Amino acid sequence: MALQVELVSPEEVVLRTSASMVLVRTSDGDIAFQPGHVPFVGVLLPERVRIYSDDGDSQLIAVHSGFVEVAGDKVAILSDVAELAGDIDAERAAAAAERARAALAADPDDAEAAAALKRAEIRLAVAAGTAI
Amino acid sequence: MPGGEERILRRRISSVQSTKKITRAMELIAATRVVKAQQRAHAARPYANRITSVIEDLAAAGAATEHALLRQSEEIRRVGYVVITSDRGLAGPYNSSVIRAAEREIMAGTRDGRDYSLILVGRKGRDYFRFRNYRIDASFEGMSDTPRYADARRLSEEVSGRFISGDVDQVILVYMEFVSLGSQKVAVRRFLPLATIAEIAELGGGSAEARAAFEFEPSPSGVLEVLLPRYVESRLFSALLDAAASEHANRQRAMKAATDNAEELIVKLTRMMNRARQDAITTEIMEIVGGAEALRSAG
Repeated sequence: MALQVELVSPEEVVLRTSASMVLVRTSDGDIAFQPGHVPFVGVLLPERVRIYSDDGDSQLIAVHSGFVEVAGDKVAILSDVAELAGDIDAERAAAAAERARAALAADPDDAEAAAALKRAEIRLAVAAGTAI
Repeated sequence: MPGGEERILRRRISSVQSTKKITRAMELIAATRVVKAQQRAHAARPYANRITSVIEDLAAAGAATEHALLRQSEEIRRVGYVVITSDRGLAGPYNSSVIRAAEREIMAGTRDGRDYSLILVGRKGRDYFRFRNYRIDASFEGMSDTPRYADARRLSEEVSGRFISGDVDQVILVYMEFVSLGSQKVAVRRFLPLATIAEIAELGGGSAEARAAFEFEPSPSGVLEVLLPRYVESRLFSALLDAAASEHANRQRAMKAATDNAEELIVKLTRMMNRARQDAITTEIMEIVGGAEALRSAG
């Protein structure tokens, strides 16, 4: 039996698919869900989420913090910003990463720039399809 | 001089006609915007439902209910009012009814010895309260037409910030709720402090017994800590979306009324013009006949 995965952003349901396994990173570390997982609620870190489909393919999604709720065979990923690889503008992300690095170089304690850099890196990794 | 009145009326008719064209266009634009706004509100629902469902899970797990956003003050000294209006007018009674409801709330609060703090969305509300010398603590523009989630977040930061810092002890949300295309009504809702998570869970309508024992990472209260601000944002977002849909629905109705009135006016003016033309012709004939009579009797 497959997992029913829903990727939900505040403005819309970004993706609805079935999967054999979902890999996410919560505040306590990486965790993977397969059908039959115990009910689970976790806080997601800004990271890639990988969804494995039944035929072994996998899909990367950039998730910038949020939650994951697993109940029965349903996995709901709630995120303020959730982007599929196809929706990411790699050039823009690269430019954002560059800007964030420059800001960090000027002020290493700039938390906002650090977060921006992290976001840009995730986007780039998802666009390039690099593993989690 | 004959024909003068007729000319004036003709000019008025053409002016009413061009106004009608504009109001008709605005009506049609508003009609498509309502549909779009409704679709957006619909698309945003799954997220809000999911958030509520996680809160239900937390309530079922008996998470600690200590959170700054849940703080119930014993004495309410100052109330924050979030008033959602539009940036643009020509929307019938949309802005005025929201503003009036907000002002009534403020008056009632002041009578009970509670100070107010105004957080305004939309230029119309800001203009109104500024003109009347109300103290405005924050105002936002450019988000009422098609609200984005980022707008809701900015608003939420302002509102939650004031509540958490103790600047205000209660937050009331005043906006126009979208019931259906034909009916929107002003809603005055207590927004903060949030109801206890058990109450939120109950509002969600979930059955607690159906919920299995959840595992929480990092911990139930850790999840709550991150979740509640999101919940506030999503509530504000849905209020903004509702308000946008109501604004467009009101504008559509107002513009439809204006178009109908223009049509009526054109009919009335055309009748008047025709009568004036007939009168002018009659006068002219009388003059010609009179002149001919005079010439004949003289000859």
